[in-house]
Amino acid sequence: MNWLLVALGAAVGAPLRFLTDRAVQKRHDTVFPWGTFTVNVVGCLVLGLVTGAVTAGAASSQVQLLVGTGLCGALTTYSTFSYETLRLVEDGAKFYAAVNVIASVVAGLGAVFAGVALAEALWA
Amino acid sequence: MGAPSTRDGELSVPPQRRDVARGLWPVVAVVALGGAVGASARYAASLIWPTAVGSIPWTTLLVNAVGCAVIGVFMVVITDVWAAHRLVRPFFGTGVLGGFTTFSTYAVDIQKLVAGGQTLAGLAYLTLTVFAALVAVWSAVWVTRRVLAWRQQ
Repeated sequence: MNWLLVALGAAVGAPLRFLTDRAVQKRHDTVFPWGTFTVNVVGCLVLGLVTGAVTAGAASSQVQLLVGTGLCGALTTYSTFSYETLRLVEDGAKFYAAVNVIASVVAGLGAVFAGVALAEALWA
Repeated sequence: MGAPSTRDGELSVPPQRRDVARGLWPVVAVVALGGAVGASARYAASLIWPTAVGSIPWTTLLVNAVGCAVIGVFMVVITDVWAAHRLVRPFFGTGVLGGFTTFSTYAVDIQKLVAGGQTLAGLAYLTLTVFAALVAVWSAVWVTRRVLAWRQQ
């Protein structure tokens, strides 16, 4: 049952990442991987919210598995993030590669802290 | 008489757009399937090697590093040698590996360590994961290219 929640959440999260990346990449022509950056930051915000809600007792462990482990886990990605960073380095865009790593980590962490704070304000 | 039937309306959709739609949905489906497989594998790993509260989540670190190494091998093989079916890359690269690795759990685990007063462990985990992921993808790409070049000689 728990496993099914994770699989179901991921079956929504992964295509959501794919479609968001497609939509975002279509809208600009810089080399910066905005698509992956966007899904990673949004996923961090949502997982921060879920984590805060679980801590406050407003969400069950089932919600944690479905939306947290499943949906947010599959919506965000480390493999594409690191591969795109490597591609930037290989294409000579070392500055963008460094910006991608620093901005993703800083924005991802900021989104998590914002999500947790928002959940605490709402449910704690 | 004036209003076209549903079937006529369907036929009036420009052919290119219908092709795009027909081409996109199988891709979305295999990404969903692959994502479910990858996330299940990540969940299984977290059950087999659980992380104690307040300690560095080595399982997530390892899952992310392994996923980065595998995408390195996969991308070289699928771009340079293997003329795979068009659904292979979305299924395995976007779906399975994207679902297996995670950025959100990584970030939340740092937040948990910091909120629990383990700031140093949080910073160590933050840096180690970035380092492990980049070294994994870089060395996997390098080794795979070497192996392919050696085999083609």
